[in-house]
Amino acid sequence: MRGRIIVRKKPELLDPEGDTIRAALARLGFDDVEQVRVAKVFEVDLPDGGRAVAEARLQDMAEQLLQNPVMEDATVEIDP
Amino acid sequence: MSRLSQLTDTDVVDIAAAEEAGLSDMEFARAQKILGRVPNKVELGCIASMWSEHCSYKSSRVHLKKLPSEGPRVVQGPGENAGIIDIGDGLGVCFKVESHNHPSFIEPFQGSATGVGGILRDVFTMGARPIALGNLLRFGAAHHEKTPRLFDGVVRGIGHYGNCFGAPTSYTDVAFANAFNGNILVNAFALGIVPLDGIFLGTASGVGNPIFYVGAKTGRDGIHGATMASDAFSDDEELERPTVQVGDPFREKLLLEACLECFATDALVGIQDMGAAGLTSSTFEMASRAGGGVHIDLDKVPTREAGMSAYEKMLSESQERMVLVAHKGKEQVVRDIFAKWELDCVEIGRVTDDGMVVLEQGGQEVARVPARPLADEAPKYDRPCHPATMSLKRDERVADMQADNVKGFITRLMPQPDVASRRFVLEQFDRHVGASTLVDGMHSPAAVHDVVDSPADKAVSLCLVARDDLCAIEPSSGALRTVQEAYLRICAVGHEPIGVSDCLNHGNPQNPEQMNAFVEVIEGLAQACGDLSVPVVSGNVSLYNETDGRSIWPTPTIAMVGLGRGAPAMTVAPGDAVVLFGAWPERLEGAFGLRLYGKLTDRTMFADWAHGEVLRTGRAMREAVAAGQVARLWPMVPGGVGRMAIELFDGIAHGLEVVVPKLAPGPLAAEDRPVGLGIAPQATVEALTRQHPDVQVVGKVLEEGRLRFVDGTDEVTFERADLARRDEAWARIVAGVR
Repeated sequence: MRGRIIVRKKPELLDPEGDTIRAALARLGFDDVEQVRVAKVFEVDLPDGGRAVAEARLQDMAEQLLQNPVMEDATVEIDP
Repeated sequence: MSRLSQLTDTDVVDIAAAEEAGLSDMEFARAQKILGRVPNKVELGCIASMWSEHCSYKSSRVHLKKLPSEGPRVVQGPGENAGIIDIGDGLGVCFKVESHNHPSFIEPFQGSATGVGGILRDVFTMGARPIALGNLLRFGAAHHEKTPRLFDGVVRGIGHYGNCFGAPTSYTDVAFANAFNGNILVNAFALGIVPLDGIFLGTASGVGNPIFYVGAKTGRDGIHGATMASDAFSDDEELERPTVQVGDPFREKLLLEACLECFATDALVGIQDMGAAGLTSSTFEMASRAGGGVHIDLDKVPTREAGMSAYEKMLSESQERMVLVAHKGKEQVVRDIFAKWELDCVEIGRVTDDGMVVLEQGGQEVARVPARPLADEAPKYDRPCHPATMSLKRDERVADMQADNVKGFITRLMPQPDVASRRFVLEQFDRHVGASTLVDGMHSPAAVHDVVDSPADKAVSLCLVARDDLCAIEPSSGALRTVQEAYLRICAVGHEPIGVSDCLNHGNPQNPEQMNAFVEVIEGLAQACGDLSVPVVSGNVSLYNETDGRSIWPTPTIAMVGLGRGAPAMTVAPGDAVVLFGAWPERLEGAFGLRLYGKLTDRTMFADWAHGEVLRTGRAMREAVAAGQVARLWPMVPGGVGRMAIELFDGIAHGLEVVVPKLAPGPLAAEDRPVGLGIAPQATVEALTRQHPDVQVVGKVLEEGRLRFVDGTDEVTFERADLARRDEAWARIVAGVR
């Protein structure tokens, strides 16, 4: 089964990369974009062992390695 | 009992909320007296921030005034964003060192990066263009589990901000000790050049003048940073994961250019960085300095998120923001400049004459606090002190070292990260962007920067020194030694020391032993800076550096700035003489090398303060280097003449032979005298020793790349390949190898 870990900067933190992209979009005519936030997606293939187990493992991976808990939030999802 | 988070902006607070915000009962009572009523949540937030240790210096103020801050060259002393010293030809050098310890421990990369951003803003708000950055770092033991991540993050964060901003980071000092396991130190330094007729101060004067908010938008990041930095850590708090700030060095570069362009017009009255306690400290400080008031409409403050409360806007520590006051009628000039640099620039209020800081949000007044009394009547404590109960004992390690030989001592010394090569760290920084760097701190005791666009070859130099290892044993003598080393480092590049910025990193001031160490350190600094005539013109105090009741070593960081013409000659050829300024050091007490032979747990006396000798040797070193009689020179540093010889050897392509009085660790490890070891070109050595009778020839430059110590009968040789051990230390730390 395929799972996904999405790591985002916490909403209260500045995202300079997102701001730069928003400014670039505005120059291309997408000038009604209010905000862009950049996130990272990790696609992880796991052996089929049940949805709940997979979600818990992905959450563990995020906490132990993929996410900086001081600055980032992580959400996990599993493909149906 | 009311929790702060449950209150709205205008809810009146109670004593529990005040305590949560960091005010003591007495301070809360005093706040009510100043207001004549009980404050609401916004007012409490402002008062608690302004009266935090970080902003009010309440435990340190009574002692800080002992530091000498005056001199014929001083243009701006302590109390402004940064100090300024006259360097002639209508120019000033503007500089300051500041701590960012707590944020860097929580998030090393962004914490150290925003530390650099903050100190840069302190310098360019004064009207100066930054031309050099430096830093002094202290980490836990090299083998401690947290050290690799913290070290790596801090070094990358500093490099990131400085490199992107475009100011060279030319000097670093790094050391490791158990005392910093739970509390690292990140002290960042910035130096800029300012035309003396274009200095700007943080003042909000002129009734009716518009107040502008410029730079980046305000977010909910770093709220409570100032009160956080005024409290001790516990391991529990680490889990609370307080919010941190993310810096944007590219935006800071735009802010610099916009500010400098603004300064060149006649539109500005004053300007202030939004640093710790954000909009609160900038508005209150500007109003109280001018003796007036301000009226701010918080609805106008540009925000990143919708629905921010007045409390959040006032206490946010979002980066890259400034408050500036313009002359009435010049609004459009300011707006046009900031629009050109794509920065927010919004008029958020006006200067008033009623002495009050008045804040409005949603058409409603949310705070009304008198500015001056809040600053003048800030709490001030002369806290109890008593010396640590350490007995004065003979240092048993001296005998262990004396039983060792030169090979053993130097072999132990080389891989010690505290005295190892700075290459690994400095190579991660852009040391030359901006083309002002004449010499960086890689192989020089101080960095030297050209003052571009100045007449002749005017140059300034900088170094940062802390002898926390000595201050831990004997705070006052440690402080004297710190200033001595910094002074001699500047002299060793041929410059005259002209000023100091200090960053005092200490433990909990409510612990009488820690407070005592703080007071003794100040006394040592005051004596040394007074005796050597180098005024302290700026600085910062960082207290509560402790975790779970364990305090850091007292660490006064001294950033010394020098003035001279150009940099040392640097070129060396075989046959040149190795020269010693002063007499061979003898006494081992207090020597760094002793740390290679175990731990000291008691107090021990080391070297008396001989300021006459420091002045005399310093002057000889300065004159000889400036006259080109000495090409390279190292002053007394931790590790003694042994380390100085290694540094010289590491910086040249050839070899060195040093004749020691006795082939034993003693003369190479002792640090009790303010000496210098240098290389004098063959053509000038005779003139040098004639003009300076204290200079003696103690060896020569060899054709082959070897470092050789000899006495009358024996010799010990190190190969160039042995120097690799000076770099291996870093690789081991980053890899977390124990």
